[in-house]
Amino acid sequence: MAIAFTLNGKSTTVDAPPEMPLLWVLRDELDLKGTKFGCGRSFCGACTVHVDGEPERSCRMPVSRAEGKEITTIEGLSEDGAHPVQLAWQEIDVPQCGYCQAGQIMSASALLANNPAPTDGDIDEAMSGNICRCATYNRIRAAIHRAADIAQAPSATSHETATGAGGSEA
Amino acid sequence: MNAVDKTGNLSRRGFLHVTALAGGGMLLGARFPLDGARGAFAATADAATALNAFIRLTPDGIATIMAQNPEIGQGVKTMLPMLIAEELDIPWSQVRVEQADFDSTKYRGQMAGGSMATPMHYESMRRVGAAARAMLVEAAAKEWKTRPEKCTTEAGAVHFKNKSLSYGELASAAADIEPPNPRTVPLKDAKDFRIIGQEIPGVDNPQIVTGKPLFGIDVTVPGMKYAVFEKCRVHGGRVKSANLDAVKASPGVVDAFVVDSTAQAGSAAPSPSMFQVGLPNGIAIVGDSWWLVNEARSKLEVTWDEGSTASQSTESFDRQAEELSKQAPEQDLRNDGDAAGALASAAKTLEAAYQYPFLAHAPLEPQNTTAHFHDGGLEMWAPIQTPQFARGDLAKALGIPEDQITIHLTRMGGGFGRRLYWDYMLEAALIARQAGVPVKLVWNREDDTRFDYFRPGGYHYLQGGLDEAGNLTAWRDHFVSFGEGRRFAPSAEMMPNEFPQGFVPNFALQASKMPLGIPTGALRAPTSNAISFVVQSFIDELAVEAGKDPLQFRLDLLDSAPAGTRTAFDPGRMKAVLELVRDKSEWGKADLPEGTGQGVAFHFSHRGYFAEVVQATVSKEGELGVDRIWVAGDVGRQLVNPSNALNQVQGAALDGLGQALDQEITFDGGRTNESNFHNFKLLRIDQAPPVEVHWVMSDNQPTGLGEPALPPVPPALCNAIFAVTGKRIRSLPISKHDLIWA
Ligand code: FES
Ligand code: FES
Repeated sequence: MAIAFTLNGKSTTVDAPPEMPLLWVLRDELDLKGTKFGCGRSFCGACTVHVDGEPERSCRMPVSRAEGKEITTIEGLSEDGAHPVQLAWQEIDVPQCGYCQAGQIMSASALLANNPAPTDGDIDEAMSGNICRCATYNRIRAAIHRAADIAQAPSATSHETATGAGGSEA
Repeated sequence: MNAVDKTGNLSRRGFLHVTALAGGGMLLGARFPLDGARGAFAATADAATALNAFIRLTPDGIATIMAQNPEIGQGVKTMLPMLIAEELDIPWSQVRVEQADFDSTKYRGQMAGGSMATPMHYESMRRVGAAARAMLVEAAAKEWKTRPEKCTTEAGAVHFKNKSLSYGELASAAADIEPPNPRTVPLKDAKDFRIIGQEIPGVDNPQIVTGKPLFGIDVTVPGMKYAVFEKCRVHGGRVKSANLDAVKASPGVVDAFVVDSTAQAGSAAPSPSMFQVGLPNGIAIVGDSWWLVNEARSKLEVTWDEGSTASQSTESFDRQAEELSKQAPEQDLRNDGDAAGALASAAKTLEAAYQYPFLAHAPLEPQNTTAHFHDGGLEMWAPIQTPQFARGDLAKALGIPEDQITIHLTRMGGGFGRRLYWDYMLEAALIARQAGVPVKLVWNREDDTRFDYFRPGGYHYLQGGLDEAGNLTAWRDHFVSFGEGRRFAPSAEMMPNEFPQGFVPNFALQASKMPLGIPTGALRAPTSNAISFVVQSFIDELAVEAGKDPLQFRLDLLDSAPAGTRTAFDPGRMKAVLELVRDKSEWGKADLPEGTGQGVAFHFSHRGYFAEVVQATVSKEGELGVDRIWVAGDVGRQLVNPSNALNQVQGAALDGLGQALDQEITFDGGRTNESNFHNFKLLRIDQAPPVEVHWVMSDNQPTGLGEPALPPVPPALCNAIFAVTGKRIRSLPISKHDLIWA
């Protein structure tokens, strides 16, 4: 069945079984590998994309529901990796294995779009559906705060340390 | 690499060779014995006796360093090149890092595990960089007709008086210089470091944050099909018959067949390396889309021969362990003094039974491999921590020569020890061979959770004795574990010199074993991740019984080894981290509200010294929250990359927290009960407290950080819970305990 939607700003038509999850359409039909498979049951958030600007778990979203929608994946978050969240993630050196980070970044960017200055509590609430098996959570919090600063004053210098919480030497 | 071997200049002194590159520039290869490659891990990793590194220096002044070790998130792809670049004396901005494929003719010890990268490579990698620098200096000195000692280097250039030549300009000339002896080439003084000790972000970060295909699961090969593999839910069970025709008729399926490697010619017994995997048996479904072949699994009707493991369950293990604890132990692992006599005459004695569950690794990227047979050989793309063991075993199982197997190392979406085992690679190879097309095998999360090499559970029946003054005089541990005869199941053993051995005059460690049909293996900080919970919790109980502060009791105990005693670690270094964490956490001083308490624990593993304090709050209704974790660590005189070091330590500590709070794997009828993240629960951000990390920079060889910060967390948390509630947690996970208090 042909399904048409806007993907990363471009109109796209795919021919796929309507119940096939958007995740597998993105990864295997459209060869966009940035959106990750972690659990397939909306427990981990690795597959998070934006659907009309809202974060969605693409592993549980039948592609038929994408019809007519605007889908943004990690590949389309910015032209050149310069979205404030992408910049902050590199500056704070968040990734360990990196596998969860596309999903984290998609959830974080959706959070900041709705709430430009989130508290730690807001972050915990918005991000608790995204598992990081490497547990980079201290840095995810620090990077979201940093991204909020970058978004508000793109030239502002960092007042977080690059290492997140703690880190002094004896 | 378009290199022309113009010089064939293999150093007589043996270990470095240089080649001129076709487009100008030099390629330096190095091969020499590793420093510090000792200890259990290196001794058994037979290949880990030499190391190789490659530096390619081109006329544009860019140094490309091949990262030889697989990257699982431990930061090694950034760290090892930092070591080379430091001594080469080139700005980090002129360094590029490429992941090397697995190639045993070029690299040795290509393995991720045991927090070994830093201790194995810290000096060797620097020597490679220093040798390259010396050659560039010599090339410049020749040009200027001066002596090399008169020249200096800075920022990727050689300087003499007012002259300077960049490395790019010198690279071709340096290809004609005979490499120096890497063992004697001078290294920088630590105070002159410009890269080591800097916070360098991960080299793959730009690709990660933009979603570039880096991982095994992202690989595609022209003409490939997707595969899933259905195994018997009972560990070790085998296919008897299946409705393959019905499955083949499912949408998107091109083939479905039984894989029974034991029935195939060429399937020899697995190689006797320290890691072993079983031979695959199950049903492969191959087709045009992963989702469709995975969906087709629901159509499968299989008759299984479940085998003998079907009688094993968590409940039966618990019961057997308790029975065994009442009998004489099978085996003495260690006996110092007379533990039984000392317990009988102690002023106070304490007894407790501790237990911990099986655990899964649950790396976020499910197991996968892409396998392609062509031109008489096998080409594979796999997230694997142990490519050399995997290849040897694959060659045996497939009956093809090792040199016909190429393994491309992909970035790994976490490992934690799971990818020391290559069962999924064997499956992919067998499926691809039988299907006759390139195949990408991807497990779903349920496969990944059920078919792990689990961290084994265990049981400890402890007795401790104190004298009148509250000093520990006797310790006896009857460890009921898994295995047969004198052999423990993998990672189910315990070191005979485990703390407090050496610090208590009468010490007995004894073991009994239960047979186990479920595969077990190494999980981040193997054995330590479980033993620390038992030892550091029971020490806490004894401190309370002695009427002493639990942290001071530990310090006193660390002081108690008689002079000349051989202990597993240096008590002075452990005391230093314990004192540091005491001060940083304001242990015993902080004015904590009612319902909030602190617990402490320390542990030595992977050559790292770690003492940690957890602060927790428990409501009267029994709701637990963890407020903060303080970590004090000593891994020697230098952190190579402090940014990654902090990330690793915070991650390891939170990993330990997740395990303690809510993780367990259980079995029924030989089947794993848990299947996905709703019943095998990983820590989430709203459970993750700030982790504050402090270092003791002791004058010792730098050692690794991927693992040793984990083990102290579970006991420190349980000790904090006791401090608040008076309830002693003697089995994990904590979620199974009622923490209500008044
Ligand atoms: S893969 Fe979609 S939430 Fe885990
Ligand atoms: S960085 Fe490894 S899962 Fe998040």
